Amino acid sequence: MTQSLPILSLVTWLPIAFGVAVLAVGNDRSPAAARWTALVGSVLGFLACLPLWTGFSTAPGAGMQFEELKAWIPLFNVNYHLGVDGISMPLILLNSFMTVLVVVAHWKVVTDRVAQYLAAFLIMSGLINGTFAALDAIVFYVFFEAMLIPMFLIIGVWGGPNRVYAAVKFFLYTLLGSLLMLAAFIFLYHKTNGSFEILDYHKLPLGMTAQVLVFLAMFMSFAVKVPMWPVHTWLPDAHVEAPTGGSVILAAITLKIGAYGFLRFNMPIAPDASHALAGFMITLSLVAVVYIGLVALVQADMKKLIAYSSISHMGFVTLGFFLFNAEGVLGGLVQMVSHGFVSAAMFLCVGVLYDRVHSRQISDYGGVANTMPVFAAFFVLFAMANSGLPATSGFVGEFFVIMGAVKVNFWYAFLAATTLIFGAAYTLWMVKRVVYGEVANENVAALKDVDARELVFLVLLAACVLAMGVYPKPFADVMNPTIHELLKHVATSKLS
Amino acid sequence: MELMTIATLAAFSPLVGAALAGLLGWKLGRAFAHTVTIASVAVSLLASLVLLKEVAAGNSFAGVLYTWLEGQGWSIHVGFLVDRLTAVMMVVVTFVSLMVHLYTIGYMADDPGYQRFFSYISLFTFSMLMLVMADNFLQLFFGWEAVGLVSYLLIGFWFKRPTAIYANLKAFLVNRVGDFGFLLGIGFVFAYFGTLDYAEVFTKAPTLAYTGIELLPGQSWALGTIICVGLFVGAMGKSAQFPLHVWLPDSMEGPTPISALIHAATMVTAGIFMVARMSPLFELSQAALSFVIVIGAITAFFMALVAIVQTDIKRVVAYSTLSQLGYMTMALGAAAYPVAIFHLMTHAFFKAVLFLGAGSVIIALHHEQDMRRMGGLRKYMPITYATVLIGALANAGLPPFAGFFSKDSIIEALHLSATPGAGFAYALALAGVFVGGFYSFRLVFFAFHGKERFHGEGDDHGGHGAKGAGGDEEPGHEEFHGTPHESPWVVTLPLVLLAIPSVAIGWWAIEPMLYGGWFGQSIAATETMKEMAKEFHGAGAMVLHAFGTLPFWLALGGAGLAGYLYLVRPDLPAVIKAKSGALATVLERKYGFDDFNDWFFAGGARALGGGLWKWGDRTVIDGLMVNGTARLVGWFAALARRLQTGYVYHYAFTMIIGAFALLTLWYSRI
Repeated sequence: MTQSLPILSLVTWLPIAFGVAVLAVGNDRSPAAARWTALVGSVLGFLACLPLWTGFSTAPGAGMQFEELKAWIPLFNVNYHLGVDGISMPLILLNSFMTVLVVVAHWKVVTDRVAQYLAAFLIMSGLINGTFAALDAIVFYVFFEAMLIPMFLIIGVWGGPNRVYAAVKFFLYTLLGSLLMLAAFIFLYHKTNGSFEILDYHKLPLGMTAQVLVFLAMFMSFAVKVPMWPVHTWLPDAHVEAPTGGSVILAAITLKIGAYGFLRFNMPIAPDASHALAGFMITLSLVAVVYIGLVALVQADMKKLIAYSSISHMGFVTLGFFLFNAEGVLGGLVQMVSHGFVSAAMFLCVGVLYDRVHSRQISDYGGVANTMPVFAAFFVLFAMANSGLPATSGFVGEFFVIMGAVKVNFWYAFLAATTLIFGAAYTLWMVKRVVYGEVANENVAALKDVDARELVFLVLLAACVLAMGVYPKPFADVMNPTIHELLKHVATSKLS
Repeated sequence: MELMTIATLAAFSPLVGAALAGLLGWKLGRAFAHTVTIASVAVSLLASLVLLKEVAAGNSFAGVLYTWLEGQGWSIHVGFLVDRLTAVMMVVVTFVSLMVHLYTIGYMADDPGYQRFFSYISLFTFSMLMLVMADNFLQLFFGWEAVGLVSYLLIGFWFKRPTAIYANLKAFLVNRVGDFGFLLGIGFVFAYFGTLDYAEVFTKAPTLAYTGIELLPGQSWALGTIICVGLFVGAMGKSAQFPLHVWLPDSMEGPTPISALIHAATMVTAGIFMVARMSPLFELSQAALSFVIVIGAITAFFMALVAIVQTDIKRVVAYSTLSQLGYMTMALGAAAYPVAIFHLMTHAFFKAVLFLGAGSVIIALHHEQDMRRMGGLRKYMPITYATVLIGALANAGLPPFAGFFSKDSIIEALHLSATPGAGFAYALALAGVFVGGFYSFRLVFFAFHGKERFHGEGDDHGGHGAKGAGGDEEPGHEEFHGTPHESPWVVTLPLVLLAIPSVAIGWWAIEPMLYGGWFGQSIAATETMKEMAKEFHGAGAMVLHAFGTLPFWLALGGAGLAGYLYLVRPDLPAVIKAKSGALATVLERKYGFDDFNDWFFAGGARALGGGLWKWGDRTVIDGLMVNGTARLVGWFAALARRLQTGYVYHYAFTMIIGAFALLTLWYSRI
């Protein structure tokens, strides 16, 4: 099935092309041209995604859609093969949407090397879309690795004082993992007699030892990305040092690639190993939920707190996946999208404060609601979403993961549900110390409430968070057929 | 109009009001904010009354608004179930809410957050309606959490006060502990019934409730018990039952109108409503009912005791609310669900009167809440005094006020109930009646009779310790000068309108509600109710009979003791307190729950989190593994650098050794 218009190529290469264009028109003395070009590019990039949503078929067995297939390196049978299903399509939309927000958010804040900053984000946006759309292992790998470079630069160039340590830690951590994934791809290439088609790997029968090895190799790569405990410590450092936009993309999008990898690679390629190692995966996920939830409680730095909260929420995603039931996987997927909105909103809120006071320390604030009432209202809304309050998107995913967990083992659900308490505790305790109370110092007294630009992204995100909480059906309808197919596939053993 | 349309109007009208007041109130002003919210709640009340009339005529209905989410073989929707139970709750909620809206005009008149407050209380009304009108567990949970959210926002309404923002965080987190159980209960429903619709769950329940579940190896519990206990843990949070009661007294940090609306009349009764709604499930688990009745009994008696040492007028009412909620819970445990709802209804009215009356005093004395600085107010505030007196009479359960009918029915139900633990509950309930009579009239006599102490003459009457009730001292209190005045009509009118049902509704409603089959199919029929019906011979006979029974004399005795101690011998309470030493301290420290929770749970979680972060993340993972690896690589690199000496013979020698090694390996393989 080939579309008349290569939409997936468009959403991949359009932002990259605009990123190059931004570099071309960039000029440090008058960054306006770069800014407007970037805005146009990101909006066009998002608009280009919309046909994916409107034209998406939710018929059972629709499989991969909007496919594109061209030979790339015939010598090794590498093909430029793109396509999306109900798992990847919403993530592409999410990514393109976030890129618009990041461009809006940077406007008055970043004044240093503006063109390069924006170009990095646009190029990264395209590469991420490519990662989600790739159906060829090598194409996936190239996008997956290339994506590291702009993020490395964003942290390393526009980051905080300790940015080099954070950037190198981020880079090495993620790179080490992905090398093992490449090895797994080469192994599978030989097993399939020369194919890099991911869908061929899904069908490939593999013995248990091979499955476990493939699973672990890929696990190393994706667990770092998610990040799962105990390979998570790069994330708080990266977030603290990254500029606001970097944190937004990091939390909202790049973490999702790890979780996506489990669904696209580990589970369908090594279903028996996935079942065998489910206890291991669930344990790590629950450690993330509980341990990290407690660690988040004691953070003094807002960004670190939200970073730890991200890890805890991503624990729900991996937990949901490895329950192997429809509720769990749906919950995990919804949580991925929701966490994109909520974590982005939280980081942007911290950014709003940081731009004014230049501190991320909770103790430097207090009583912000007195001087920034509109901002406080949004902050409390997003905090509630982060605590998983019903009618916000944050609830839907957690709810279904817990529903799925009860079916498998009560104690999984019991531990997972502690997030109701810990999640609310660390988020609302921060709210209490930052937003409420008397005006704490002259910095807070001098705060000005959000301006029109900030209102744009806060309103947009609030709308997304509420819409997905009040009416999640459209999202689930897109995901459900794919989840059904996936679970059916994973339930079939590859051993015999 | 279609009934479904009316129901939708009833639920969503306050949401529209809240949105308008919240989004446009800052621009269009105070009058706009209160007009639009009051109008929206009035619409809601009218719609509720129409629905009440319809369900009374037998037109109960359920309908789906939209599908929220669906998956393989299940779908969850947003919809309404309006039957007789729902309709009663809707009328109570919207009526009290309307009164409180009206009252707020007077109470919050000089508050800069006027519009915000109206927006919040309308939002609350919407959330509460969604809760009581839900026809499935998900929507129930939505309403459950939404009322919790608004409660959080309103307790912390005066967000500059450290005590207020401490109290609202505490309220939210303690409620979350309850929700933890609630959600797991829902999880079991979903896992084993495959649906979240009430109707379907109740249909399947009799066949599934006794399924054995092994939560721990070798120990099997009945599914019904697990679900009911889980759900009830949620109710313990929301309805402030021991040991999750700790948030309710602190919630008095919020403005008084919401103490009346949320923390007395409606939200805290959500747990009671929920159990009554789930009565077909609870009927299948004797163990769960036993748990319910014991928790209720403990709450009813021990919280009443705390009320007698409080000096803050709102906290007295708050502890009395806890105790009354305990009574409702006991009724649930005794499988007398209609009685619990009946007490919920009468309590909503008379407790709203008590709170709003207390609020009227508080504004008259310019935000003075300490009863030691009140006294003798009855001649300045006759309407407030009369209504509070009615509230106290009803609260003490004296005939023929509303509280008498419901409280006496509860005691009767406990007497007749077959639930294990009912005897224990019966004893505590009787003892609680005495305490209830005492604290109710202590409030009346302390605040409205006796010497006028509001000019700060230093008459340390009662002398209940300079510490107040722990942590709620009002620093830098201004002395009150001048004469207290009766409050404006927007305050007194709601008081009067709420006092009327506090007098009359018990008399009028007991027969149809408990014995006339009012609740029909909406609440499970039980043996306890059948037994009670045999003993009931009309409201009049019940009043006459009461004069010869123990509860009446206990309540009267309590009231009399209060009169003696606070009117005749006002010097005695201080003496008694000094003599009772340890007991008074235990009560004043509220049995030490707050201290324990602060130390063990809050402190423990922080210490554990700090430890995991410091040792787990920073020392072991980052220090040893990550940076350790980096150091190891650095060390190897340094070693490798030494090998690169630049002498050809070193390299050649290494090559030869390597070649030998490889060859050895190669040969030994064969």
